[in-house]
Amino acid sequence: MPRAMITALANPLRFMAFSRWAAPICGLIAAGLIGAGVILGFLAPEDYQQGATVRIMFIHVPAAWTAMLSYACLGGASFFALVFRHSLADAAARAVAPLGAGFTLLALVTGSLWGRPMWGTWWVWDARLTSVLVLFLLFVGYIALRWSIDDEARSGRAAAILALVGLINLPIVKFSVDWWNSLHQGESIFRAGGPTIAPVFLIPLALTGVGYTFAFAALWMTRTRAEVWRRRAQMVAVRAAFS
Amino acid sequence: MSPADKYAAFIWPAYAITVVVFVWMILDAVLRARRWRRRFEETDRPDTPDQDWR
Repeated sequence: MPRAMITALANPLRFMAFSRWAAPICGLIAAGLIGAGVILGFLAPEDYQQGATVRIMFIHVPAAWTAMLSYACLGGASFFALVFRHSLADAAARAVAPLGAGFTLLALVTGSLWGRPMWGTWWVWDARLTSVLVLFLLFVGYIALRWSIDDEARSGRAAAILALVGLINLPIVKFSVDWWNSLHQGESIFRAGGPTIAPVFLIPLALTGVGYTFAFAALWMTRTRAEVWRRRAQMVAVRAAFS
Repeated sequence: MSPADKYAAFIWPAYAITVVVFVWMILDAVLRARRWRRRFEETDRPDTPDQDWR
């Protein structure tokens, strides 16, 4: 996202005006792309090795990608909230954590449902799987920390520090299949030399991948709007109580 | 039994769980936004400057 756009949207009024129409549009684009991707995925032939389970990839890989994107957004928003004390960034951080937990849970569960018939096990303490589980626990820990402290400013700072420390896990998730011997297959899309997946699978995967990204954007904007309304409502209630 | 039938017990639950989580995320986000917007509007302070909550 260009710097000018981030700067413009850092203003809560501008963000509320922008997200009012951008969130539903992103949601519609997401529905179209995910629907098309899933239909094409079911029309695609079975993989010669994975058989019909390749259809799980069209929802597993985008969930994993969006989980990592969610954490990168949580880290970025936490940085701005902690360093610049920006309330909209803090609201955005608080809004994105449950989404990240949801997408990470989807990545873990759909991966497990793929792993059972392909690997013969639901779970292994493999570097990729374990680091994604840690990612899920970081989201849950962030949410728990925000709930556990009544003072919102203090809980925001503590949770932001946790989110920033947890950023170290992102490259571990990404490169775990290169750094360690892993049961999980290596990088097959974003790699030097281009994707190794056949177009008949790559196209539906790309559609659902972009669709998940738009869905994430729509949901994040909607949740951030809710958080802005909540803070405004609470501020007015406090004012009314002291007037 | 075709391979698709053989793996149906893994494929359909994966899609079902995805739908459930998506529905939860959408409903939670939309209902939360509506609830807090309504709560704010009930307090009726549309002129609240944005600096007040920053």
